[in-house]
Amino acid sequence: MAFYVVQFLTGLASAASLFLVASGLSIIFGVTRIVNFAHGAFYMIGAYVAFTLTERLSGAFGFWGGIVMAAIAVALIGVIVEMVLLRRIYHAPELFQLLATFGLTLMVEDIVVLVWGPDDLVGRRAPGFRGAVDFFGQNIPSYDLFLIVLGPVVLGILWLLFQRTRWGVLVRAATQDRDMVAALGVNQKWLFTSVFAVGVFLAALGGALQIPRDAVHHAMDLRIIVEVFVVVVIGGLGSIVGAFVAAVLVSELNAFGILIFPKISIILVFLVMAVVLIVRPWGLFGRPEAAARKTPGLTVNPWRPLTSNERLAALAALAMAATLPLFAGNYALSVGSEIAIFVIFAVSLHFLMSVGGLASFGHAAYFGLGAYGIAFLAKMAGLPMIVCLLLGPLLGCVGAAVFGFFAVQLSGVYFAMLTLAFAQIVWSIAFQWVSVTGGDNGILGVWPSSWAASPSRFYWLSLGVAALVTVALRIAVFSPFGYALRATRDSPLRSEAIGIDAKRIQWTAFVIAGTTAGIGGALFAYLKGSVFPDNLGISLSVDALVMVLLGGVETVSGAVIGAIVYKALNIWLVSQTDLSKLVLGGFIVVIVVVFPKGIVGMLEMLAQRRSKASPPGSPLLAKPIGSAE
Amino acid sequence: MRAGYIFVSAAFALLAGGMAHSALAQDIKIGEINSYSLLPAFTEPYRKGWQLAVEEINAAGGINGKKLVVISKDDGGKPADAQTAANELVSSEGVAMLAGTFLSNIGLAVSDFANQKKVFFLAAEPLTDAVTWSKGNKYTFRLRPSNYMQAAMLVEAASKLPAKRWATIAPNYEYGQSAVSVFKKLMSEKRPDIQWVDEQWPPQGKIDAGPVVQAVAQANPEAILNVTFGADLVKLVREGNTRGLFKGREVVSFLTGEPEYLDPLKEETPEGWIVTGYPWYSIKTPEHDAFLKAYQGKYNDYPRLGSIVGYQTIKSAAAILAKAGSTDPEKLIAAAEGLSLGSPFGEITFRKIDHQSTLGAYVGKTALKDGKGVMVDSVYKKGSDYLPSDAEVEKLRPKD
Repeated sequence: MAFYVVQFLTGLASAASLFLVASGLSIIFGVTRIVNFAHGAFYMIGAYVAFTLTERLSGAFGFWGGIVMAAIAVALIGVIVEMVLLRRIYHAPELFQLLATFGLTLMVEDIVVLVWGPDDLVGRRAPGFRGAVDFFGQNIPSYDLFLIVLGPVVLGILWLLFQRTRWGVLVRAATQDRDMVAALGVNQKWLFTSVFAVGVFLAALGGALQIPRDAVHHAMDLRIIVEVFVVVVIGGLGSIVGAFVAAVLVSELNAFGILIFPKISIILVFLVMAVVLIVRPWGLFGRPEAAARKTPGLTVNPWRPLTSNERLAALAALAMAATLPLFAGNYALSVGSEIAIFVIFAVSLHFLMSVGGLASFGHAAYFGLGAYGIAFLAKMAGLPMIVCLLLGPLLGCVGAAVFGFFAVQLSGVYFAMLTLAFAQIVWSIAFQWVSVTGGDNGILGVWPSSWAASPSRFYWLSLGVAALVTVALRIAVFSPFGYALRATRDSPLRSEAIGIDAKRIQWTAFVIAGTTAGIGGALFAYLKGSVFPDNLGISLSVDALVMVLLGGVETVSGAVIGAIVYKALNIWLVSQTDLSKLVLGGFIVVIVVVFPKGIVGMLEMLAQRRSKASPPGSPLLAKPIGSAE
Repeated sequence: MRAGYIFVSAAFALLAGGMAHSALAQDIKIGEINSYSLLPAFTEPYRKGWQLAVEEINAAGGINGKKLVVISKDDGGKPADAQTAANELVSSEGVAMLAGTFLSNIGLAVSDFANQKKVFFLAAEPLTDAVTWSKGNKYTFRLRPSNYMQAAMLVEAASKLPAKRWATIAPNYEYGQSAVSVFKKLMSEKRPDIQWVDEQWPPQGKIDAGPVVQAVAQANPEAILNVTFGADLVKLVREGNTRGLFKGREVVSFLTGEPEYLDPLKEETPEGWIVTGYPWYSIKTPEHDAFLKAYQGKYNDYPRLGSIVGYQTIKSAAAILAKAGSTDPEKLIAAAEGLSLGSPFGEITFRKIDHQSTLGAYVGKTALKDGKGVMVDSVYKKGSDYLPSDAEVEKLRPKD
């Protein structure tokens, strides 16, 4: 019995660390609607700064003072980030801030190695909390007890802050309805800045408090960021109590789960999230989001098909790209193929995100399923390449049909997180089912047949498929189906009133996007000759998001440019420098500030301005619509 | 749609980049790939190691009079990116061979690439047995002692322990899984009386150490096998120390004696663990002394195991290139098979039968000295003594 009590307390201690970080994220999201990908980076900097301070300052006061000072220092960094970077892009399309914080995260990962060196750092133990307390023959670390108390204390302080201060009232009001708060004359700028500072403070404190029990290293951020997102979503966005309950739930399920299934930790949080979101679409303590006043994804210029001149230009560009094998070497051709494949992947997500208004955080699942489909067909059934290419993406299609059915019942960030959960479940199956998928060692030897084996032929194949897919999706956008899909995105109420079955339309879009991603994955398997669980992983899903956002989410085909720019730059940087993350992150941050509508979105805006200046411009372009509703 | 324009200009840029690199024709180039950005704790000393080797080789006149150049690429810890890098090295840099890699799945991806493109590949670090056995191919050789070899070395010491109830803690991925399964198999062969009472599989890099330690303690084993390393090891050791998990229990642990993983533990280093590792401070052989002196002279830092791996990878590659007198892959294979050469750990041989080198490892016990973790009673175990019989190896490895 004593064992179960101790295991429960151990779970509570884990929950407390998780809660500190998650509460900060929840507050930031609730008020600013920023999906703060950099939250993990702030957690990590908190740990690094606290390590330095606690090593320099001596004694108990030095230790605890160092922890608090580190959290404050990092909160100040957060303020600078908010004022310099995020303030400029609050009015950018939804999720664009994610791109900015993603860029920051990349930079921080390289910066900490530059500043603190590559070795894992192990900090001091907390003075006064070094040992363990004996509980009927079981040992509980006293630092765990400290954390168990700290969690509820922080929860209490936050509760008081939100319920008993004017600032808290404003924060709660903004969480519920920020347009109304703005209309009532509250200075939103400082409200957002202060909220961001508090959130970052909590993240950094969470990181600093890990010093006595963890090693400080440059991958800490990734370890925590996804998990805290999940906790926040399970609890319900913006709900502090929810975050606390969710942290306890997840930690306890893990603490007891490993007694029965020692391999459960790898997937547990995602399973819990999937179940919770299917049963309670807004998390445990969340409330349905208030109906948005602004049309989401409102396009400044209405979309239109390409004019015949533009079609010719696109065709010419394609023809030029097709001449690449005449003068480029094998390496350039392979890179070209890889870029073409990522164009397919990015446009598939773009279709879902910009036309359907459904941002998927787990789109790599369908890309990877397509790749695994190929590997199974080619290695186990021994089918020829053409048959594999036709059938392989069907696995992506099936996956999208099953998961999409559940996912489209949700919307916004909850939709995104459910897709993430599904992707992680698929990933863990690929990772764990060693006898079928080869586990993380993957499936090797999936090379193309001789007719497509030469780099130039494979390049033409990839380029051709990429062009076909892009054209097909554009046709879909301007088909009646595409209009219906855009209607469900722009106004659920109105589209319902005219008889559009939103869920069915969205589900269809999800399946189309998933199948298309599967086509990309299928080609990718042949390009690389092997398939790994990586092909389904979070980092690939994030890459796809970044490509879409970079191109411009409010455009019809911006993802094409986004994919080309991001992938080409990424490959080039990785090849040229060991600090590729720093440079790439910096580039993304600059892009975000300079092109707040994405590269293509910005180009379109410039083109539109020009055509306004010259009177004989297209009448459609000359009439931008403001807030339509 | 302006897609195509940028596409083409990107292609031009890549092309131009490729041309700028065409180095002097008389140099011999080795393409090196590793997870520099993902695993700097290992790869920084590793890089220093191979840079030292390149310097020494060129100071001694290069390879048959030609200058050796190593072109190094980061794979970011992703198999797909490693293949892109391998492709660049082979197709546009024109390297004579590929070398390097750390993670097992990346090692396998590059090995498969090498097999497909008929390029010689010398895997430096990946430990999975599959590289030389179940997924072995004629173009791939491996330097470091494999999972099997390290397990066999540890089993030799572990089987002498009186403990009968064993628990295992290992990261939940291929490396951890195969380390545990080989260890269990070899242990149970030697000691049929052993019981396996618990196993814990925390996700790599994400161990929730408290519950794991508590769960293992609850099973009340007499001995524990640990396969975690890096930050996971730190958390495990700290929780285990506080909760008294290791008190009165024997612990056998993979890789823990390597400075990369032992040094961060500082005063928390648990004493008396049986580990594989690299006690650079207590190796007293002329070969190692020479290496140590050269390394410390150049970098003013002590070597980690990564330094040895990096150094010996390039030294071996150079020896293979010199013996072959050519960069033709078939000749390189012929030269490498059965090649013997010196190393800081003594003479090693690349076996003809499975392309595994006989580089060994040190097995010893952890101890705490002046607030730092060290290995004591270390003995060098030759790799050749811990490999299965030729008949067994032939069964494990597909025919070329």
